[in-house]
Amino acid sequence: MEPMTRLTSTTLVLPEENIDTDQIIPARYLTTTASSGFADAAFRDWRFDANDQPIGDCVLNEPDAPNRKILVAGANFGCGSSREHAPWALRDFGFRVVVSSRIADIFSGNARNCGVLPVVVSEEDNAWLLANPGAEVTVDVEQGTIEFNDRKVAFELDEFSRYRFMNGQDVLGYILAQGEAIDAYEQRVENP
Amino acid sequence: MSQPQSLFDKIWAAHEVQPESSRAPAILYIDLHLIHEVTSPQGFDVLRERGIPVRRPGRTLGTIDHSTPTLPPRDGVRPYVTEQARIQVETLKNNCEEFGIELHGWDSPHRGIVHVIGPELGVSQPGLTIVCGDSHTSTHGAFGALAFGIGTTQVGHVLATQCLLMGRPKSMRVSVDGETGKGVTAKDIVLHIINHIGVDGGTGHVIEYAGSAIRGLSMEGRMTVCNMSIEAGARAGMVAPDATTLDYLRDRPKLQGQDFDALAERWLALASDADASYDRDVQIDAAEIAPRVTYGTHPGMSIPVDGVIPDPASDSDRKALEYMGLDSNRPISGHDIDVVFIGSCTNSRIEDLREAASVVAGKQVADGVDMLVVPGSEQVRIQAEAEGLHQIFENAGAQWRIPGCSMCLGMNGDIVSPGATAISTSNRNFEGRQGPGARTLLASPATAAASALAGSVADPRTVEISTLEVA
Repeated sequence: MEPMTRLTSTTLVLPEENIDTDQIIPARYLTTTASSGFADAAFRDWRFDANDQPIGDCVLNEPDAPNRKILVAGANFGCGSSREHAPWALRDFGFRVVVSSRIADIFSGNARNCGVLPVVVSEEDNAWLLANPGAEVTVDVEQGTIEFNDRKVAFELDEFSRYRFMNGQDVLGYILAQGEAIDAYEQRVENP
Repeated sequence: MSQPQSLFDKIWAAHEVQPESSRAPAILYIDLHLIHEVTSPQGFDVLRERGIPVRRPGRTLGTIDHSTPTLPPRDGVRPYVTEQARIQVETLKNNCEEFGIELHGWDSPHRGIVHVIGPELGVSQPGLTIVCGDSHTSTHGAFGALAFGIGTTQVGHVLATQCLLMGRPKSMRVSVDGETGKGVTAKDIVLHIINHIGVDGGTGHVIEYAGSAIRGLSMEGRMTVCNMSIEAGARAGMVAPDATTLDYLRDRPKLQGQDFDALAERWLALASDADASYDRDVQIDAAEIAPRVTYGTHPGMSIPVDGVIPDPASDSDRKALEYMGLDSNRPISGHDIDVVFIGSCTNSRIEDLREAASVVAGKQVADGVDMLVVPGSEQVRIQAEAEGLHQIFENAGAQWRIPGCSMCLGMNGDIVSPGATAISTSNRNFEGRQGPGARTLLASPATAAASALAGSVADPRTVEISTLEVA
């Protein structure tokens, strides 16, 4: 994954609550065996009508939408299915950060694993961000802070994720390096 | 004596390869990895890129369910929705062959929805950690396992290392005590729980379901409850193993040749200690639970089937009612339906099919209503056909299909038309879940079947229930 230390972008706002992964990418796009190329499928049924024509008032269809790296959404973003195709679609569309007052567990882990940073802020802060689409926001991974409206607030980011995002490193290498501990565990449990 | 532990505490502690530290999350050992065609191909690609094998093929089990057609082959050709879907199924077959993994493909009498076949085979056992690239993996928690859905990158991690990197979730106990009323099923209990704690009320938590109304459920019922834990945002749901669990597991294929009594003793000891503590404790009175149906676009938006649609509390609620074509302050009962779906990992087991069949037996599905019955597995299909349930459904005017996820998410082409309303025994009523523009009402098999007869949402307590002769 691509490293990220500090990112400044204008936001794209989807104010709906409970945006589930079926909205982010409908199931009919999941029959692929590829792990990239999902930009067209992202929010497909919000962006295009039944005749595949763009829906005019959808903010995701605005010409500069793919340049907005920070998505701000209503509470409980990413609920539903565990499909990693959802954060893949957001990443391929152009987002690097998702901000909400609550982000679903499985989505949150999947997003981290494909280089999309989930940022959980307070309901008050999220309300301001939702009410100000296009605001300029800076996310500082090293400090674990998000800056907007002349404010800087901390968000929760574990040490491990911080290191991974800053260095663009995936998790598999780390687990593989614990091979001896895994061997020992299997010995202990399977041949007591 | 050490601190009292919950079922979750015991399983977590027994699977820590490395505990959580300030520098890294825990490394958790995974006993059983279930895989299907949709979320695994990219996981196998990672192994090939790195030139590494599957660490424990014997702890991995595959099936095909999501992209599989539910209509039989025509002229020897399976009617896949697209060529890509066929390739996806073929890819899993090739991956399982290459890496030495047991696969229940088209030719297996145990093929079916991944969350139906694990329990049936007896591989879903108490005390295990079980994962699958599928959020409804929480189903297996009904056996007192710690079972949860993972993403595809993590599928790759488990294939390669049999381990996951994971922060420890919080714990929540949901106790449902007392007697449930007439017509109330496990589906109604879990829809009530989700409505009570909220669609994101379980986020960050593992839920243990307890109390007399949960204990009184069959394994099938417990699976239905645990299945929908994710619909409240919870990572997993679980029920402590007891005599009901042991009775279900005793004769299962994968447990033959093992010392069952010794296993049983170990499993029963997993139950939460009396003084175990939870981050959150929720009490629910079973007597307050009615047969329920959803009216909105997430599973938390449900009401008693004889209830009135509430006023929207937010813009999202208003948008949901508009999408559903429903008005507030009107009863949901009597609302017209076009499609009835009996199936999915939530409600496609033999008890669910019996429940629906006992309602439609000797009657007719209303004119203009399409009813689809999709058993959860080959074993369920074989059992149902031995009991004559397929004939009951077909005589009533329903279609009897071959097993798979089918219309729950419509990946295989079994979809609801734009604007049409389905009453469905599945787990998600999200916008477009069952097809673009489709409207979904979630309900129990009994409520869905009663509604099929009426052609509109109907209260299962008001219809005659036939006694089926069980073979």
